[in-house]
This record gives sequence, C-alpha cells and structure tokens, in this order.
Amino acid sequence: MTAPAAAYDKALDLITRVRGVRGAMLVSAEDGIVVAEQLMEGIKGPAVSALAASLATRLRRAMEAAGVGASLFWHLQAEHGALLVVPTPGGTLVVAVAEPDVNVGLVRLELLRAAEVVG
Amino acid sequence: MPDEIKTLSSQLAQDPDSLLFLRLGELLRQKGQLDAAHRVALTGLERHPHLPDAHDLYARILADKRDYERAFDEWDMALRIAPDHVGALKGLAFLYFKVGDVQQAAAHLEAAQRVAPDDPGVAQALAMARGGGPGGGSAEAGAGGSAAAEPEPIAPAAQPLEEARVFAGLEGAQEGLLLLDASGRVLGGALKDPSGRDVTDAVAAYLAGVSQEAARTVKLLGLGRWTGLAAEGSLGHVHLAPPTGEALLLVVRDRAVPMGRLAIIAQRAALAARRWLEGGAHA
Repeated sequence: MTAPAAAYDKALDLITRVRGVRGAMLVSAEDGIVVAEQLMEGIKGPAVSALAASLATRLRRAMEAAGVGASLFWHLQAEHGALLVVPTPGGTLVVAVAEPDVNVGLVRLELLRAAEVVG
Repeated sequence: MPDEIKTLSSQLAQDPDSLLFLRLGELLRQKGQLDAAHRVALTGLERHPHLPDAHDLYARILADKRDYERAFDEWDMALRIAPDHVGALKGLAFLYFKVGDVQQAAAHLEAAQRVAPDDPGVAQALAMARGGGPGGGSAEAGAGGSAAAEPEPIAPAAQPLEEARVFAGLEGAQEGLLLLDASGRVLGGALKDPSGRDVTDAVAAYLAGVSQEAARTVKLLGLGRWTGLAAEGSLGHVHLAPPTGEALLLVVRDRAVPMGRLAIIAQRAALAARRWLEGGAHA
C-alpha cells in the first residue's frame, strides 16, 4: 500500500460522512492491523480489525472454493448495527461500522470509492 | 382447446389490456405449454400488477415449472392484495406441503375453506393434511388447481418432512444450499461450482468457525446478535445465516440473483433448517 496518510484520511472521510456510519477503518487484510481509523469513542478498533480480517480471509477462501469469484463487498448484519467491508486489490480492507438503519447501498458506494483511493 | 387458444390469442392481440390473458394463460398451462403460458402471464401482470388473479396465474405457472420460491412470492403478493384469495391460499398450502410444514399448509387450507366452504379440492386437501385423506394426493388436488400437469404425490400427512433432506422442496437444495455445524461438518444440502463440480467439503472446511467469529465481532461492537452475512462476489453472491446457535447456513447464487432476493431465499432456508435442527432429524 503506497497511498499517503492524507489519502487515507480522504478515504475515511468519504465513509464517515454518510449518516448512520459510526466509524471507518482501513485494515491490513493479511494481519488484521489497523492502518488508519476514524471511529466513534468506545469502538475497540484493534480487536474489531483483527476479527474482520479473519472473517474476510475465511470468506474469501470459501467464495473462491464455491466458484463465485473474489469478494467485492460484504455486509455482516446484526440486531443493532452492521459491519460493512470492501477488500481492495492491494490487500487492504475498507471497513465501516454502522447503525442498523443505515443506507447500505450508499455506504457500499462510498466504501468502493474509498477502496479506489486507497488502492 | 387449440381453437380456443387461437381465438383468445387473437382477441388478446386486438385488446392487449383485456383480462383474457388470464384464461389464455391458464389454458396454455393446462396444455403444458409453460413457456407460452409464462409469457402471457408476465405480459398480463405487467399491465395489471395489482390484479390478484394475475399473480395467482403466474404463480401456478411458476409452480408447474418447479420454481417454487418465485411461486411463493407471487401467491404471497396475491394474498397481500386480496387476503381471501382462495387460489393463493391453496397455492401456498401446496408449497408448505412441499417443504413438510403440514401445520402451515392446514392453516392456509382452513382459511381457504372459510372463504369457499363448497370447494371440494380444499376439503380433499385438508383431509389429507389432517391425515384422514387418501394415501396419495396430487399437486392438483393439494393446491386446488395449481401446478403439475402430471400429478405429483405429496401425501403431506404421511410424509411430514424427509429427514434426510433438510432443504426438501427448496430451490437449489442440491447445489446452492448448505447447512453446517460449528465445526464445519455438513448437516444438509450440497454445493456445486459453476462447472458442476461438487465443492461441498472444501467450502465447508473454510467456513468452519465463521459463525463464532461473526458472533464475537458483533459482540465486540455491541451490536447484539448477528443475523446474517451477505457477500458480493465477482461471479456470484453468497449469504450466510445462523439458523440456530452455532450452526451455519450458506446460500449461493449467481450474480443474476439480487442480494435482496438472496436474503429472502436465505430466510426461508434458515426457517427450514431451524425446524429440521430443532426436530432433531439429523441426530
């Protein structure tokens, strides 16, 4: 990943300005380490990023084995919110934590835009 | 009948907005010309989207084509428009029979009987559902005119749920639905890749532990219980859901199936899986 810190901030800004998004992170898909974050207070970034990366790895392998190709976007739904993730070709996960009533389509769009910025 | 089809086709061509498509579509269905019936019904439905009979006709054709999920949607839509629609009530009862939910099937048939107490098809199907009817039935009898040019035995009371087939009657049960336990052991269903190769075990292995990880992740975020995981792939979509505890349900479809529709398919499959798991059928 070669994007400068300003590009990370720009990428995260794209996501966090969407209403209902509680925070966003860039995570290294390989080791689950936080690369950059804009999270609301109380969200345990490092722990969430580690689990998100692990889930992403399992999911990617399962999807490839199932013949549905590379994972472009995934959305973990829960009773009181959601985790939305776009993997980038460069090995970064662009992650958003959102309220349950967030506009998923809009967040997906911004995650994809952010992924382009990050590369 | 061929003359009537020709006449109706001609009249419909002259007056495309008329309701003749209902009769024409039904005749074509009865004759087994399902593709033609499908086109007629769909065109009629586009012109009359709020007509419950149009949804009912379309559902019967879909059921004959064994596209039960979409048939369910259409009958469900007919009932939303007209809650007492006998055809839709019978159609849904038929589909509930198909998945072994005799209770729901009987409830829909009882509702149909309240609306049409003299309908012999309803009475016959209800008797079967309650276990007092003939030993073999047919989709025609069970759904009261819906589905199947060739009678298909459903014997709902005698065959409540095929124990070995958790997803019996659901679309893609042998190629796009998978039920796993927490350790990745396959409990039901099967998975094939686009080339037709069986990939059940490989996918199951990769998904072992996903349910627990998803649960930990949302717990860490204070988001309560996880309810599903939808993923978009370059060639297809997948949806994961926890039917019970740590069991995991996977639904896979190609990209032509929208994510929202996939979620509905997953909900139904999860319901079937939950009933099966709670019934201890896999033990």
